[in-house]
Amino acid sequence: MMEGGGWTGMAIGFAIALIMSLVSFYSGDQVILTSVGAYKATREQHSQLINIVEELTMASGLPMPKVYVVPDLSPNAFAAGRDPEHSIVAVNEGLLRILNREELQGVIAHELSHIQNRDIMYATIVAVMLGVIVILSTMFRYSLFFGGSRRSSRDSGGGAIVILIGLLLAILAPIFAKIIQLAISRKREYLADSSAALMTRNPTGLANALNKLYKSSTPSVQVNEAIAPLYIAPLKGKNAQILFSTHPPIKDRIERLNKMAYKI
Amino acid sequence: MSWIWIVAVFVVFIIFLWSKYNSFILLRNRYENGWAQINVELKRRYDLIPNLVNSVKGYMTHEKEVFENVAKARSQAMQANTVAEHSKTESQLTNTLKSLFAVMENYPELKANENVMRLQEELTSTENRISFSRQFYNDIVMRYNQAIQLFPGNIIASMFNFGRQDYFEVDEAQVQDAPKVSL
Repeated sequence: MMEGGGWTGMAIGFAIALIMSLVSFYSGDQVILTSVGAYKATREQHSQLINIVEELTMASGLPMPKVYVVPDLSPNAFAAGRDPEHSIVAVNEGLLRILNREELQGVIAHELSHIQNRDIMYATIVAVMLGVIVILSTMFRYSLFFGGSRRSSRDSGGGAIVILIGLLLAILAPIFAKIIQLAISRKREYLADSSAALMTRNPTGLANALNKLYKSSTPSVQVNEAIAPLYIAPLKGKNAQILFSTHPPIKDRIERLNKMAYKI
Repeated sequence: MSWIWIVAVFVVFIIFLWSKYNSFILLRNRYENGWAQINVELKRRYDLIPNLVNSVKGYMTHEKEVFENVAKARSQAMQANTVAEHSKTESQLTNTLKSLFAVMENYPELKANENVMRLQEELTSTENRISFSRQFYNDIVMRYNQAIQLFPGNIIASMFNFGRQDYFEVDEAQVQDAPKVSL
């Protein structure tokens, strides 16, 4: 009985993983938006934000992405989607609150650079996959927890395999986090910073913005580690459970931008 | 046998002429499209300016000169036809607008006026759009001008009267901060 349950669970898990990876390719951005509770920016309420995005699409030649706002007071922003034609830019309410126009322009240019440099597709897929793995390993943990005591001595192979896979997934999750870190490595962040400077012809705006993000201590309401690498600045969680630093030190990025400003 | 060679050379020449001519046309269409985009934004700016001036006039009763400069620059800009003329008049307009914005900083009560803030945001955005599409336009014009000047394209360019295109240059003067009045 238990054995059958274990196998069914695994099959369901596998099916979920398969569906989710397909979903992540075609609507990963929607999954992420839903998970952070983002709502669409409107011209009435966020005219400046939409204006800035439109201006920068003119500067970069990119198609207009969909613009979202996340009800989160921690200042941060991210871009996602599978290609420039299907891309989104999301900013936290906290960001809109503390940045001036020039700084916001720098941040948006950084996000559009991620879209232009095709960083978003990979990041989006990996973010959703990591989310799935976290769900699966949690599922397995619970199934071990509740199933373990009732497991009889005649239960052999099946149960052991389930335990093994559960353990494997538990190990896989952090490895996946590591892969994301490598994929959207520090270099991509530096690249997006310098592309943004080129796009706006104004490195100072982004440098000032990063400085404000660095100084801000407002914790994020996001507890979802999977999307951390997508953000422009490291997530500041209440429980600070970020395993790996996915971003280069913000001070270093500010320094590089200031050097560019000096050259221009 | 020799007539085959003559035909071959002629065919090569025709193909070369054909492709060069088409590449000039493509570049010209692209910069014309770029200029059309700039024009949309310029028109938008002409429309926004009187709205902004009317909304702030009531607050700024002692700044007649600034308003007059803006109005003059605007009407001059609206009369410009060629790209070269626009380069001149739009620089003027951009600079007078900058000084208007700088003077507006001295009136903190304007910050509370939603309509003024909205118009200022729209104007700033339009300004940025002009400057970003200007970069795009100038890049294309540079490519076009290079294409019609380089040998052997220049021969074909002069055969079909492809002339040089003007850049849209706006020299923005550094506007010094508006004088602070201390009482």
